[in-house]
Amino acid sequence: MTSVAAPIEHGGHADAHAQSFVRRYIFSTDHKIIGIQFLLLSLVGLLVGGSLAMLIRWQLGFPTQAMPGGGILPETMAPGGVLLPEFYNALVTMHGTFMVFFAIMPLLVGVFGNFLIPLKIGAADMAFPRLNMASFWIAVPAFALMVVGFFVEGGHAGAGWTSYAPLSANPEWSGVSLGQQIWCVSLVVLGLSSILGATNYITTIINMRAPGMFWFRLPLSIWSLFITAVLTLLAIPILSGAAIMLLFDQTIGTTFFLPPDGGQPLLWQHIFWFFGHPEVYILILPAMGVVSDIIANGSRKPIFGYHSMVYAIIAIGFLGWIVWGHHMFQSGMNPTLGMSFMISTLLIAVPSAIKTFNWLGTMWEGSIRLHVPMLHACAFVSMFVIGGLSGVFMASTTVDIYIHDTYFIVAHIHYVLFGGSLFAIFGAVTFWYPKMFGRMMSRFWGYVHFGLTFLFYNLTFFPMHQLGLGGHMRRIYDPTEYEFLQPLQGTNEFITISAFLLFAVQLIFALNFIVSWFTGEKAPENPWQDTGLEWTTPSPPPHGNWPETPTVHHPPYEFSSPLVEEDYLMQDRAAGKETP
Amino acid sequence: MSHAATSAVMLPPARAESGAGVYNEKLGMWIFLGSEVMFFTALIGSYLILRVARPEFWAEPGEILNVPITAANTFLLICSSVTMVKAYASIQDGDQAKLKLYLLATALIGATFVGVQIYEYSELIHHGFLPSGYAEGGELAERAQAGTLPAAVGLYGSTFFTMTGFHGFHVTVGVVCLLYVTWRAFRGRYSAQDHRGVEVIGLYWHFVDLVWIILFTIVYLI
Amino acid sequence: MDWTLPPGVSTFAADIDRMYYLILWITGAAFVIVEATLVWFLIRYRSRPGRKARYYHGNLRAEVIWTAVPAVVVVMIGIMSGGVWNEIRGRDSIPPNAVPIEVRAKQFEWNATYPGPDGAFGTTDDFTARNRLTVPVDTPVVVRLTSEDVIHSLFIPAFRVKQDAVPGMTVNVWFQVTETGEYALACAELCGNGHTTMGGTVEVVAQDAYARWLEVESSRRAASR
Repeated sequence: MTSVAAPIEHGGHADAHAQSFVRRYIFSTDHKIIGIQFLLLSLVGLLVGGSLAMLIRWQLGFPTQAMPGGGILPETMAPGGVLLPEFYNALVTMHGTFMVFFAIMPLLVGVFGNFLIPLKIGAADMAFPRLNMASFWIAVPAFALMVVGFFVEGGHAGAGWTSYAPLSANPEWSGVSLGQQIWCVSLVVLGLSSILGATNYITTIINMRAPGMFWFRLPLSIWSLFITAVLTLLAIPILSGAAIMLLFDQTIGTTFFLPPDGGQPLLWQHIFWFFGHPEVYILILPAMGVVSDIIANGSRKPIFGYHSMVYAIIAIGFLGWIVWGHHMFQSGMNPTLGMSFMISTLLIAVPSAIKTFNWLGTMWEGSIRLHVPMLHACAFVSMFVIGGLSGVFMASTTVDIYIHDTYFIVAHIHYVLFGGSLFAIFGAVTFWYPKMFGRMMSRFWGYVHFGLTFLFYNLTFFPMHQLGLGGHMRRIYDPTEYEFLQPLQGTNEFITISAFLLFAVQLIFALNFIVSWFTGEKAPENPWQDTGLEWTTPSPPPHGNWPETPTVHHPPYEFSSPLVEEDYLMQDRAAGKETP
Repeated sequence: MSHAATSAVMLPPARAESGAGVYNEKLGMWIFLGSEVMFFTALIGSYLILRVARPEFWAEPGEILNVPITAANTFLLICSSVTMVKAYASIQDGDQAKLKLYLLATALIGATFVGVQIYEYSELIHHGFLPSGYAEGGELAERAQAGTLPAAVGLYGSTFFTMTGFHGFHVTVGVVCLLYVTWRAFRGRYSAQDHRGVEVIGLYWHFVDLVWIILFTIVYLI
Repeated sequence: MDWTLPPGVSTFAADIDRMYYLILWITGAAFVIVEATLVWFLIRYRSRPGRKARYYHGNLRAEVIWTAVPAVVVVMIGIMSGGVWNEIRGRDSIPPNAVPIEVRAKQFEWNATYPGPDGAFGTTDDFTARNRLTVPVDTPVVVRLTSEDVIHSLFIPAFRVKQDAVPGMTVNVWFQVTETGEYALACAELCGNGHTTMGGTVEVVAQDAYARWLEVESSRRAASR
């Protein structure tokens, strides 16, 4: 019954050359083009999110002073260049929303999921190329809608990216109605895109691996994207459900989260974080995956403990489902629950430690090439360590009493999402840029960008730990209102200046990205001397990737294998023997 | 290690060994249904939590909702699962005529289900039952004032309309997809050898039925 | 870089701070070990002509060690935190003789209701003060915390107290202050456009002064009613 599978259609790559520009580059079903489309879209998202952060930093560093150039903002946002509190709340909300949903998540999942999965498992394309195209073109209106929200009556959603009810559920209390509804609708639409994408990734990885590409021959990038896709598939619909209930509370009079009519504010938090914590791992697991690929490459050694790396990814993916309550230790949730959530949360340190030590183990006795992607990967490891360790403080229910909802948490999340994910993204973009565009990014400017980013990044976010320890609350519009925060204002100014510099040096990356596209050095066949299947086809690969499906003979990281002269053994190379 | 292959030269393994053993569309639908399960879990879970915490916002079964009509509607939807199975069995035997007949029947019954649900909604709204609870001055609000119904049913209305509404939306999407499959069936696109579309829409349809049986039980009967 | 916490003045502040410093030492050590190893490897094993990486896939014993050690350490941290947590938030942690105060948060103010000299709520000598909490020193105090509109969070940094005020729920949060003085109170949960202004003061007074204050305030407010 099930053996009726007809040959799988691949969107007709035979006539790829005959396709019009629109079919090839706009409404393309080619996973590589879709990956690049996601890359451009989410880099714009990153720019939007970063710009919002600059406005936030101005206000925190120099509260209620007119912002230079702020006069161009409309009266409803910043009359005379001074940010309004309601606009500030919208900024805080949208910085989080854009960075999480329209920058980091699509950068990791949309870009590298699409671009790498078929190329690394030896498939001609995704299992469902047209669905893949749909998934991108559903994300675009969601993005546009979220931007439009800034300009509607009442301003954009201002209840934080977590949109805690009932502030978010009743316009009477926030002054925002349409903006919050747009937030809900946009995320439901984006969720559909993510779910379709996840379905596609999972099917592709299960069913379309090339001959010989066993589960335990998958590169860790693919393993992590696979687990991420599973998390996306199961977590995003929960957010959709929550957002729909919130939307109904605002529009058709339901009372899910409105306590005067029996609704429960904590229900929102439980649902949101039941989605939200797996989401956190959606934002870090693919970064861990690509970093593993890059570190093995940079160290010229097989990854240390490949199997435990895989099991650690699976363990993190699983534990992600049973820790959501650690966001709610001070919420009034039953304190006994706090105990169990604390233990499960602390246990996540174990697979995280395994991964960190295995990365170090990979470098141990390696022959380390510090190319630009490798530098970013090392930055990922060192910053992820800080983010992971600072997580132990808030995992402890007791210490969390003091640091919850302070800048300590803000420092933590940025060490994981910027220090972790974003450095991994910079590294991965540089690493696979030649595969995407057939040209290399400038090495010199890559080093410059890395050095300055690493410096200003730490100058921006490390002092936030100090703010948090001083009791500086999150999401406050004007810290100088509080006497006990006034000694910290110097730190706030310092952070603001560092943040501006951090933002400015990203221009180097943007220019390097754009200029290299046109004038970069032509990419050699295998610029990083890597072992992955993607380097066995031209750069950029044609529609359909390979003339014939490759056959895999080796595990993913056979660097310095004694079987061959050079220090890398491509996965498909039939070199004398099979590597077990 | 599961893949330990120590032989000097290894033959390329068959693809079936590494895959799930089912074709992409079917696997994809199963995976997508996993996502749907989580969506309804969010809605049903919220309903259960709210109801356990504040039972006073719910009326006794049948007091506001019309159970007999919905029971009949439930029976109808179960019948459509049967016709769906029949459609699938027919094309396995290569019986094109029966395939078309049963697909049409399934789509029609599905559409009828949605129609009955719309009728049910309009009746409820007419009597003054809304997602926000009682309509002011409505018939039900008067009965509540008389003390024969709970004083407020905001949560009842919220959960009822959200859950059944999203189920109805899923049935509607299912009917549209069924009509597409039916159209393809009329153009002779399915055969005893290849009838993936029929099987895949069947999976979705059975899932939607199953969700309804759960919803009918917890929303109407308890 | 200053890693110390500001002075704490409640009975359990010292316990919380001790947990914090313990975790700081442990994570600090882990941080130094990992970062130093990383930098050392980057230098020691840098690519040089004629050197080839050693080819191997792992070392089971090393992996067992660095799985087991963090596991033991975090479970230990968990158990120790749990002890303090129980002391602060456990089922029977609130001292039975604690002085009750009702705090109702709303946009953007804290309204503290005192039971008056008779010690009972709902009587005529009750009175309410805005954005100012007065409590006796060296006496357990229990705040019955709720909110009238959105979620707020009662944050008194010096007491190491933080508890969300949730509409539709009353949460009991207790503390015992060890030093008289004035301390800052803030809202730690984004609660709307005026979130930043939702501050206040906690005044900690001697026990006899507190009793007198209750009398005076109660009769003064009764007179003005």
